[in-house]
Amino acid sequence: MSTKTEKIDRLAELTAQTETSSGSSLWVEAFRRLRASKMAVIGACIIAAFVVIAVIGPWIAPHSPIAQTWRGDVLPNQNVFVGPRGGNWLGLDHLGRDEFSRMLEGARQTLLVGVVSTALGFAVGAAVGVAAGAASTLGGRAGRRFDSVVMRFIDMMLAIPSLLLAVSVAAVLGQSLTTVMIAVGVVQIPIFARLLRGSMLAQGGSEYVLASRALGVRKRRIVLGHIVPNSLSPVIVQATLSLATAIIEAAALSYLGLGNPDASVPEWGVMLAQAQSYFDAAPSLAVYPAVAIIITALGFTLLGEAMREALDPKLRG
Amino acid sequence: MSLLELDGVKVHFPVKKGVLFDRTVGHVYAVDGVSLSVEAGQTYGLVGESGCGKTTLGRAILRLVDITEGDVVLDGTNLAELPGEEMRGMRRRLQMVFQDPLGSLDPRQNIESILSEGMAAHGIGADREERRTRIREILAKVGLPTGALSRYPHEFSGGQRQRIGIARALVLEPDVIICDEPVSALDVSIQAQVINLLEELQEQMGLTYVVIAHDLAVVRHISDVIGVMYLGGLVEEGPSDTLYAEPLHPYTKALMSAVPIPDPAVEDTRERILLTGDLPSPSKPPTGCRFHTRCPWKQDTLCATERPELKDAGNGHKVACHYAAEIAAGTVRQTVPGAVRPPEAETAPAEVPAPAKPADDGRTADPGGRAGRAAEPGKTAEPGGTAGTGGTGGKSAESAESAETAQGGGTAGTGTTPEAGGTPEAGDAVQADEAADADEATDAGEAPKTGEAPKTGEAAETVEAAEAAESAVTKD
Repeated sequence: MSTKTEKIDRLAELTAQTETSSGSSLWVEAFRRLRASKMAVIGACIIAAFVVIAVIGPWIAPHSPIAQTWRGDVLPNQNVFVGPRGGNWLGLDHLGRDEFSRMLEGARQTLLVGVVSTALGFAVGAAVGVAAGAASTLGGRAGRRFDSVVMRFIDMMLAIPSLLLAVSVAAVLGQSLTTVMIAVGVVQIPIFARLLRGSMLAQGGSEYVLASRALGVRKRRIVLGHIVPNSLSPVIVQATLSLATAIIEAAALSYLGLGNPDASVPEWGVMLAQAQSYFDAAPSLAVYPAVAIIITALGFTLLGEAMREALDPKLRG
Repeated sequence: MSLLELDGVKVHFPVKKGVLFDRTVGHVYAVDGVSLSVEAGQTYGLVGESGCGKTTLGRAILRLVDITEGDVVLDGTNLAELPGEEMRGMRRRLQMVFQDPLGSLDPRQNIESILSEGMAAHGIGADREERRTRIREILAKVGLPTGALSRYPHEFSGGQRQRIGIARALVLEPDVIICDEPVSALDVSIQAQVINLLEELQEQMGLTYVVIAHDLAVVRHISDVIGVMYLGGLVEEGPSDTLYAEPLHPYTKALMSAVPIPDPAVEDTRERILLTGDLPSPSKPPTGCRFHTRCPWKQDTLCATERPELKDAGNGHKVACHYAAEIAAGTVRQTVPGAVRPPEAETAPAEVPAPAKPADDGRTADPGGRAGRAAEPGKTAEPGGTAGTGGTGGKSAESAESAETAQGGGTAGTGTTPEAGGTPEAGDAVQADEAADADEATDAGEAPKTGEAPKTGEAAETVEAAEAAESAVTKD
């Protein structure tokens, strides 16, 4: 009898020692799953290429993206354009600037707009979402009222078509690159706020939150230490997907003439807008930025979708 | 003065409607006037069907839900009136073990973080090292390897997760632990381990438990006092043995009669009370006695008009029924015909698959059922394995008890020498009665020397054979 118990104890001790003593957290496991996903790898490669180009592009650009070096070669009024040739791999734009260099420089601007606006939307949206979610789950009656008021306001923002909202913001703030970022960011706020709040409410009702309360953990710690970390995954996925939307929306704003007033600074959306006038004669000038935007957005979307799958707790295996 | 006293506790959830301004359109009377007291070192079991408010009551004790009315007094302090921060401090003395072992652990926290969180919240332990020492002690107590510290909840099995949940409650050294369905999410074999662990811890640390469960066998096994809840109120309360032996309230009677007995002979002849209708909605509880809409003994007077109070019926056995004494004495007849089914009226009982051999005595029958359950508790798990395969699937009232006898029985079994055993059949009989080691007993039976046990044929065993075999065991 006693020998049997001893045996079991010894066995338990042995397994305890032989097993690797460090467990793997959910983030680690999610990353492992992400790496195994083809979609994620393709998406990440596209994004990596995009980022690399955005960072080092201006240095490796063969020519100045702004200087109208070959002004004389191009006669837009007579539909004379220069296609790809020896020194200019993608040809010249309507003002005689090297299209390839402009594309490289444009990547940086586009990335900047996408990242900054999404970060802005994420930050403000998440702050609003956390406030509303925390108030609603743990703030009692007053908290729920606060949540109700905040969320109705967010609903109002959500009711306005996003581009219209961005146009209004851009129109109010005047034309500038910052305006574009703010406008696109503002559009993202309600999406992040709603998503995070909803996710927090779901987590707030879970048993481990109840367990933490029963344990006597302070409310702030419950919200920041338990509810928020567990609510983040859908928001992170959304942020990745939003980057794609942000790039497209920034392009749309530029296209509508609400972008950077300094039209000489290349940005893919601006380039697309400018190429529109000469689409018949030189469609390639529109195709280059358009394809670049599409591929970049695709990269972010692929990664986002893969992350959604990797972070889904139901698929945890 | 009891350690934990509840006096007229009510928890009503408002039902709200409205877009901008909430209007209260009614209440859900989840807990509606419960008074009970729990003595230090005791286990109070709360049973009742789903939706009767037992979980809400458990949460109300910890003030995890707002108490509408009434007092919860822990050691002289009325928790119902404590302001938030003081209540938070009091939670150190009042802990909870949850039903869902995985759901109640934050999936992104490792075990060390889970266990030290409570200590951090209450300022126990000066630094990380001190806390860690303490966590190690607790881990050893609940039977988890220390290597578990840096692991995450999803890396453990169900039983281990519940051990983590118990450890989390224990690190704070609470006086009272509320166990809300502590084992219902676990496999039957793991249930026994966790229940035994809870009992061991109670002995070691002098804990007081409030165990909430719907499994009557579990509650009976672990509790000293049992309260039966129906629709937000206590209908009966008493020492567990008395309450199980002679339930007084019609609802308790019906509950008890639903417990299958792992013996086809008894199961065939026992009386069953079948309740008709559904549990009424707690938002519109019936007037008078809450149970009168489903009570087979419902009377024309009082039942529908006056809510019976929980009154002492002798020996600390309390019942909330106007006619409890009359029903017990048999002077009040059932008013709902057919509610109590005579066994003949029923077709073959579905709950219990017939064991291999019929037996003439209920106590010695069912070799598989009890021995099978007996095999489960952790330390003496191996003996009795083969007998267990013939066991019944149902959770019997006896089963939890057999967990205890199993340990004694197991020891007796290993102590048995081959000479001492009876015939194989006699060995079976021993299991049935003593929940002894099946393997060893069978081995003993097959050994050439059969000892004093009379050699009986293939036929069903008699009680004498069992007793003879038993005496053979004790002689040795």
